[in-house]
Parts: sequence; C-alpha cells; structure tokens
Amino acid sequence: MSTRVLVPSGVLGLGFDSQALKRGLELRPDIICIDGGSTDSGPFYLGTGSSKYAHEIYKSEWRELMIARERGGIPLVLSSCGTCGTNSMVDWMYELTKEIAKSLKQNIKVALLYSDQSIEYVTEAFNARKLSELNPAPKLNNEQLSKFSNIVALAGAEQITEALNTGADIILAGRATDTAIIAALPLKNGDSSGGAWHGAKIAECGAFCSTVPNSGVILVDFDSTGFTVEPMALEARCTPDSVSAHMLYENVDPFILYEPGGYLDVTNATYTALSDRKVRVEGAKWVPSADYTVKLESAYVSGYQTITMVIVRDARYVKNIKVWVAKLTKFLIKKIEINTDLFLNDYSLDFHLIGINSALGELETEVIYPVEVGVQLVVTASNQKIATELSKLINPYILHFPLTDTEPLPTFAFPYSPAQIDRGAFYEFGLNHVMSLKEPMDCFQLKLHELSYD
Amino acid sequence: MIKLGDVVKRIRSKNAGPFWITVDIFCGDLKVFNLVRNTITTSMVLQLTKVPAKALKRFELEGLMVVKFSFHRQAIQGSRGDRDMHGAQIANLFLELDVKVLV
Repeated sequence: MSTRVLVPSGVLGLGFDSQALKRGLELRPDIICIDGGSTDSGPFYLGTGSSKYAHEIYKSEWRELMIARERGGIPLVLSSCGTCGTNSMVDWMYELTKEIAKSLKQNIKVALLYSDQSIEYVTEAFNARKLSELNPAPKLNNEQLSKFSNIVALAGAEQITEALNTGADIILAGRATDTAIIAALPLKNGDSSGGAWHGAKIAECGAFCSTVPNSGVILVDFDSTGFTVEPMALEARCTPDSVSAHMLYENVDPFILYEPGGYLDVTNATYTALSDRKVRVEGAKWVPSADYTVKLESAYVSGYQTITMVIVRDARYVKNIKVWVAKLTKFLIKKIEINTDLFLNDYSLDFHLIGINSALGELETEVIYPVEVGVQLVVTASNQKIATELSKLINPYILHFPLTDTEPLPTFAFPYSPAQIDRGAFYEFGLNHVMSLKEPMDCFQLKLHELSYD
Repeated sequence: MIKLGDVVKRIRSKNAGPFWITVDIFCGDLKVFNLVRNTITTSMVLQLTKVPAKALKRFELEGLMVVKFSFHRQAIQGSRGDRDMHGAQIANLFLELDVKVLV
C-alpha cells in the first residue's frame, strides 16, 4: 500500500507556511511528522537538557500542528523533542501538549518515547564491548563516561513504529535520527524500504529539497517502488536537481546513510520530474546489518568560562596585534604563576582576534588589517570562581598592556562594565559511538497517556 | 587573481554531525565541473583544511556537477578550539582559492 507523509518543516521552531500546511492537509496525508532537534547548535543543549528555541515559538507552532492533526484525524509525530531529545525535553513537550489540548478541548492519546541512557547502562555496555567507535571518536574510558551529564541513544524506525502501534494520536519522541519518524509508517505499511529511507532523508529538512527552502511544507508519497515528493507552498518547486542535491546536505557521504539496523545506498537512485514541481525517485537500496546498533550522543562539563572583550582601535596596535597578544600572553602566564597557586594546566587563555581570524583561526588565509580589532579573551578553568578571578586579574593588563616597555601605557576600549562576562559551565560532546542491542526497545521506554478535556 | 568562487555556481560548507565538516562545490555546468575536478587536487584541500590525508574524503558527482569534500573537524564542534559552531564559514577558504590556472 502507499503512504502519504506530510512534513511541515525541517524543525519545530523554525516556522512554516500556514497556507501550505492547509493545502497539504487537504490532500489527506496519513501522518504528520516533524523533527524537533539536532546537535547543530552545539553541546550546551544536550549537556543541560534544554532547548534552543523560544517557548512561545514552540507553543504557537505546536498548537497549529495539533489543530491540523485533529482536522486530519491522523497521528502527529515529533522526534528529538526540545533540540536535544532528553527525557526532560520529552516531558516538557508533554506539559505543553497538555496545556494546548486543554485550551483546544481535545481528547487525545499521547505516547512518550524516552531515549535517555544512564551512565551505568552505557558503562556496562562499554565494558561488555557492546560500544563501537565511529570515525573519528573521542577517547573513552570509565572515568570519562562518569562525567557525562546526559547520554541519549538515537531511536530508529523500529522504536517509532512501537509508538505508532499504541494507536497514539500524538507521539513525543526523545532523540531519534532525523529520518526515523518519516520512514516508520511507510516501512510499517510494507512500502519499499530503500524508498522509505531515501524519501525520509529527502524530506527531513522540509522544503530544503525544493527551490524555496524556507516555505517548510513537503508532501511525500511512498509506495512499493519508491517515492514522489512535492512542496506544498505554491511558489516552491521540487526539481530532480533540488531533490538529489539534498543527499549532499550535512552528509559526509552523499550516497550512504547509516541508520539503526542498516544503511541506505542511493548510488543507483534515479530522479525524474513528473511535473515542474513534483519529482519521482526510485532505485535506492536498503541494506540491513547483522547487528542492531543505535548511535549514542553525550555531553559533559569540560570547564567554566569567563569572557573579556576589549576593542583595539590604535592603528599601530592593530598592525601588531598578533605580537601584542603573544607578548601579553607570556606576561600573563608569568603574572598568574607569581600571584596565584594555579599552574598552567589549571586554566587556559584563548584570544580570539575579531577582525583578523576569529572565525577560521589558523586556517585563515587572508591578511588584511582592519580599522579595529575586537580582542576576545576566553578564560577556561575548572570552576567559575577561578575563571572569574583570573579575568579580574587580567583586566588591567588587557586594558593597558604596552607593545614596548618604553612607551606610555595605552588604554583600549572596554565596551562593558564589568569588562568580564561569566559564561558558566562549558560543555563538550563526548561520544561518537554506536551501541549494539539485542532488541530495538532494549534501551528505550514507551509511556502512554490519555488526555480528555472536552 | 581569479577565485574559485568566481567560476563556480555556489560553495557551501556545513557540519555533518559534531565530528565532520562537509564542503559542496556546485559547479553549475559540465565544463566547470571538469575543470574543478582536474584542478582542485586533494593535496590542495589538505593544505587548506590542515587535516591529515586519512581524515579527508573526496566525491565527484557528475550528475549534479558537484565536487564534495568531507573531513574531520580538527576541533570537535563546540570544543575549546572550535570557532565556528556550524562549520559554515570554512566555505570561504574554498571560494577564495586562487584558480587562475582554471581559465
């Protein structure tokens, strides 16, 4: 049988075209699927179990989708709730769902799929050699594992299917692969597995696979030989180029995509225009693996930071800014050694030269001297007190440090008072590993709630 | 000086997960694609990105007229040494490559 999937946008919180959503709904889809997360904004969100977008944005978009779901009488699936997909974010989306259901007087069944992994569970798997490194992987040992503030496993189609099988109207899933929610129903319905995963990858960013990326809404028809994709915004078009190019996006290998339980190979896929806005895709292959593995993500506190910013406008200092930073750094290391109990490995000083090479660092190839340079000093230490204290110690020198010993002390521009800004805990990603499971649901939990507000 | 950005249609770079960056060079037509394919050597890209050879992958997609490079992030996304959370600014290094030999 065929399956019609409506994808409102690449991520909840990014916005979508309401008229396009309405048009999509009129075409009677079988399910609405939207992704809620990504590691793209960095480790802070997973480290803290928090979301990137504003609460009010989630609320208005989710409300619109909950209304669409009721009109269509079809399931609505959100995965990787609240950017990072931790249990805390699934619960947070559930609270929001309850609040909206109450105000809309909806009676709904809500399934919650949890992806959090305890340190004990993952350590046991690590010691039992059930963790395998992906390339490249950070070094792992029991001590490093104990530092992780959050670990999530990425659910695949199997876990989403379990949630669909409960008959839930709304599924709020923790961390999952971007494609899993879209591929799950076509796979369950027996559509082509290569087509299901390929179509899911093409639609996972919403209208990114069309000529108007920010229009959001995409409709995909899956069947036994492949899929057909069409944008719902009238001004958008899907072309063989716009669709096939999406396999490149954020993908290391443009032909292969690894998922729990196997991989997708699109080497022999064909892309054919059915009209000036609709594309037919066939020929992708799903290759199941012998071992069932899920990818893990984690983050941990690797230090605490304080930032100090000073603006250097003096042309001579701008021309010699790298020399100035090198001299200042040497001076500061000595100063800290003399005046504190700290050693070099207790802290770090990173100078970012805004206007010179702050985006690319050592890779920068352009050498053009600007009118002014923003010197951003990032102090990282094992706790906030040290980071703040060191920044205060450094304050007079970053303001007044001279290029040579025989010249009057300069005074640069501090834009703020106080000059330093505490950043708090600083997180890093800790895993690029997969964990093998006996059964797909081994490390995921499913909960079902019935809400009745009419 | 003629830059790669002056001859191709578009170049973008982006994270492919926290451990990789991928660069897509959209050549626009077959003639440019063949020029880019033959001129932008893997060793040029290794020099530009300062990654070891085993940490770089190269793809040539004739159908899309795209040359693609994927490489390990030398600083994991968001780690202390990382300056660009989304890895999207590194595309400028490719846009500014001197390619007078191309034309």
